[in-house]
Amino acid sequence: MSGDVGTAGDTADAVVELRGVRRRFGEVRALDEVSLSVGRGEVVGLLGHNGAGKTTTVRLLTGILAADGGEVRVHGLDPLVDGAQVRRTTGVVSAVPAVDDRLTARQNLRFVGEVFGVDRTRATQRAGELLDRFGLSERADERVGGFSSGMRQRLALARALLADPPLLVLDEPTAALDPVASRDVRDLLGRLAREESRSVLLCSHNLVEVQRLCDRVVVLEHGRVIADGTPATLAGELGIGRVRFEIDPDDRPRAERQLTTTGVSFQPDGAGLVVTRRPGLDVPAVIADLVGAQVRIHAVVPEGASLEDVYFALHEEGPR
Amino acid sequence: MTPTTRTGRNWRGIAAVVSRDLRVVRSSKPVILPMLIVPAVLLVVLPLATVVGARLGAHAVDLSDVERLLALLPAEMAARVVADPSAVLIEVTLVYLLSPMLLIVPLMTASVIAADAIAGERERKTLEGLLLTPLTDRELFTAKLLGAWLPAVTVGVGGGIVYALVADLAAVGVVEGRLFPNVVWAVLVLWVGPAVAAISLGVTVLVSARVKTVQEAFQIAGVVVLPVVALVVMQAGGLLILSPPLLLTTGAACWLIAAVVLRAGTRAVRRTRLGERL
Repeated sequence: MSGDVGTAGDTADAVVELRGVRRRFGEVRALDEVSLSVGRGEVVGLLGHNGAGKTTTVRLLTGILAADGGEVRVHGLDPLVDGAQVRRTTGVVSAVPAVDDRLTARQNLRFVGEVFGVDRTRATQRAGELLDRFGLSERADERVGGFSSGMRQRLALARALLADPPLLVLDEPTAALDPVASRDVRDLLGRLAREESRSVLLCSHNLVEVQRLCDRVVVLEHGRVIADGTPATLAGELGIGRVRFEIDPDDRPRAERQLTTTGVSFQPDGAGLVVTRRPGLDVPAVIADLVGAQVRIHAVVPEGASLEDVYFALHEEGPR
Repeated sequence: MTPTTRTGRNWRGIAAVVSRDLRVVRSSKPVILPMLIVPAVLLVVLPLATVVGARLGAHAVDLSDVERLLALLPAEMAARVVADPSAVLIEVTLVYLLSPMLLIVPLMTASVIAADAIAGERERKTLEGLLLTPLTDRELFTAKLLGAWLPAVTVGVGGGIVYALVADLAAVGVVEGRLFPNVVWAVLVLWVGPAVAAISLGVTVLVSARVKTVQEAFQIAGVVVLPVVALVVMQAGGLLILSPPLLLTTGAACWLIAAVVLRAGTRAVRRTRLGERL
């Protein structure tokens, strides 16, 4: 998969670019020769288990950490040299919402406006809009200490957007949100990327969310990039997919027994069964086995693999 | 956006951090309580108790314990010792022995606020948010210094004025005329106090950048109070007496030390160093 690294970054249009970046914490290799890029208006998902190196990547991009080697560029600038300029044009939602409990929601946003040098009238107007958009208007003048984790997360998003940054780096932005708020944030991020050409680097464990939002995904494992590409491309390269078997409802228990006996993994889905296709799985043989077990099959429909299938396949196979 | 001024510094951003830190200080009981209680005890209760005690025991004043100190007193004051030992004892106590307390107040205030300013941000998980702002390392350090030094100096000067008023009031009827303001007091409050606050600030920032909690930072940085305690002990032991030349020199030395400590602090408050300890 590493051959795909830098598919967008090879263009001069890359907003974020890491080339061969290394970073250690004592004996732990947090990032090992990591290369990735985010193009203008592109939404890239950064995936990986806990400790894979996602947060370290975010901190390197914003100049909070220094790399031991390699090159980090944001808008063509080195975050360690031109950190102020990089941070001024990058909205970040960190893993722990960076909001001050002892200030009100409005004061938090006003503070960001001042520090980021946003015109005061514009900052006030923008703060009002964002408080409205994230459903915080009614509690705008209450201290954040009394907010739920979802409200704090929404305020952190508002904070990241206040200065209208062209680049957003979001570390689990919907982690603490309820389903409705999560959907709103996903819609918002989609609009920001597609209508306003903002670039987004989205770190998440929520594979469904990443699949919906991202143009491309980069998968980290133990500090190394093990895949970079669209879910469809990666699925193709891994040789995985899904096959939906539409079967007679009366035969379903028999079909499940037969698949279990032959060691084929499947998931019930509506009226049918979905078999995850892996390299080596002989679909005609599976069909023959089911027919031999007197299962009435109405249809066999090949489907694309989900990001979840890709992610698990990648991690089962280990680094490439 | 108007990120920087003609000087190239983001003063608006610095002012925003200072203003936020002051707001946080005002609303934080663990920070504000020591800033009220310690000055009240040192600058109000202590001088009052001393004067009341001296007045009650006026008939049995024994100056033998402070003989060496009396030998260092200005000639005019020393001449009055035999005639009015009780008045001299009160004057010596208020003007010389207790005056170093005027340094403890700005020192402690700076330490409490500075400990909260970095270790507190880390404890409250707001440090990363601050590091993500466009402020440069130098601007961030300047903001954190001003946010602690300005209130420390304000409390120090305010405490000095309160001490002068309380001491003068307590000494009415015992000491002729007013004891304060005098040169020793003015130099202590306006010259040495702000310098001591700056040292305390620098030490606390250095410590805060390395520890995880406010409590740890405050406890370790607390050692800066020792030279002030030594000053009290040395005076009581008659080894020295606070005089304007001594205080002017001490103040200059303190500013020099503050400059060194704060320079070391700028290295400790590098974003990438703080980022490693988030």
